[in-house]
Amino acid sequence: MNEALLRSLTPSVLGILVRRGADFAAAEDAVQDALVEAVRVWPADPPRDPKGWLVTVAWRRFLDQARADAARRRREDRIDEEPEPGPTPAVDDTLQLYFLCAHPSLTPSSAVALTLRAVGGLTTRQIAQAYLVPEATMAQRISRAKRTISGVRFDQPGDVATVLRVLYLVFNEGYSGDVDLAAEAIRLTRQLAAAIDHPEVAGLLALMLLHHARRASRTAPDGSLVPLAEQDRGRWDTESIAEGVEILQAALARDRLGEFQAQAAIAALHADAPTAEETDWVQIVEWYDELAALTDSPVVRLNRAVAVGEADGPRAGLAALAALDASLPRHAAVAAYLHERDGDLATAARLYVEAAHKAANLAERDYLTRQAARINARRCH
Amino acid sequence: MAKYLMLKHYRGAPASVNCVPMDQWTPEEISAHVQYMNDFAARLEKTGEFVDGQALAPEGTWVRYDGEGRPPVTDGPFAETKDLIAGWMIIDVDSYERAVELAGELSAAPGAGGKPIHEWLEVRPFLAAPPTITECFHQ
Repeated sequence: MNEALLRSLTPSVLGILVRRGADFAAAEDAVQDALVEAVRVWPADPPRDPKGWLVTVAWRRFLDQARADAARRRREDRIDEEPEPGPTPAVDDTLQLYFLCAHPSLTPSSAVALTLRAVGGLTTRQIAQAYLVPEATMAQRISRAKRTISGVRFDQPGDVATVLRVLYLVFNEGYSGDVDLAAEAIRLTRQLAAAIDHPEVAGLLALMLLHHARRASRTAPDGSLVPLAEQDRGRWDTESIAEGVEILQAALARDRLGEFQAQAAIAALHADAPTAEETDWVQIVEWYDELAALTDSPVVRLNRAVAVGEADGPRAGLAALAALDASLPRHAAVAAYLHERDGDLATAARLYVEAAHKAANLAERDYLTRQAARINARRCH
Repeated sequence: MAKYLMLKHYRGAPASVNCVPMDQWTPEEISAHVQYMNDFAARLEKTGEFVDGQALAPEGTWVRYDGEGRPPVTDGPFAETKDLIAGWMIIDVDSYERAVELAGELSAAPGAGGKPIHEWLEVRPFLAAPPTITECFHQ
């Protein structure tokens, strides 16, 4: 059975229950139960209409639960009061669910967890494993998130930008455990792109595809990081790159630039270079200028300094870096790299050690320590 | 979303404000302290931020490899070891600020006289998995 296909039905089934008058939290539980039931029953007895099957089972679960509930009178009254909903396109429901699960009243971690469950159809256990927390903790995080948004109307218009931030977070978490979060983020962004025509949604999808295309080459068999310049470009997923570039070009043609489109444009320029030496750094610097104008993020300026160093030489890169706060994450790593290119090995080695000390993850720390060791070995011989 | 370790020391931390050792508390004060710790962990579970909490015995053994075919060498415990870990709690929170806020609450656990201990706790971030988008590795 194709579990991704089953999970792709989650938002529209949930939307139907909510439109029939079920409250979101109870409906969401009922849909989860129906998904579990489907995994159990479908292999031996596949339904002709999978979505209809899920709606029927989930609705029955919801009613059972509502009846068993102590507050059953109140709840049933409310359902009776709801007017019978007319037919509504499922695509609207899906979009509303994204808005609801990324509601600004939620903390980023709750919005991520709720999106993965209510829109993605993942189980609490899968989400807990992916984020390396106990299942009980993740269950509480999700039910708390549901309580937080219990007063939010389902048909309230939302902000696409908040949804994109949540999906970006899911993608950037990488992958751990059984669930491939990057692949799941791509699936959810693709589904969102089908529900709403928005250049930044397309931009984020393109960005994800272009980065995902390089995944296999990003780490060596021993798990160590391989920097972009040293990656085996033959292992890049050309299909994923082609799709990302096509989506990006269509988005850019609409002339409503946003930060994800600009980031994707930079990723596309890297993907386009047959070798690291042939990278069009001048254009990349221009895109970083666009990005800096859009976000004013210090991290963007830091990355821009790297690009300037490639386009105009390490001295120019160091000059760009000098304007930035030295306490920025990865500032020392960028400085080390530029000093090495400038021939100042002693400073580079010292800064690589400092950067390793400040690294936020193990693979990066090991990478930076190796850079320091490599330079020190060269200086001694 | 980031994981932090809140580390509690038997020794090695700066002196707390209410520093009367536990063996000089009343039994009720000890119960109140234990209850506070349990309630704190339960509350973190409810907020979806609890990952793990463990206490360690104060005495440990030093162990090291002693060469091919030989059993490991053991030594200690050394009474003079300056830094001694009592236990930890691991949290998964949205920000560093939240981690500090929670450590502050944990440090308010009651001690002698039922007053907060104001114990120093060490908060250390986990080294996470590398993010998927590492733009800085242009080099």
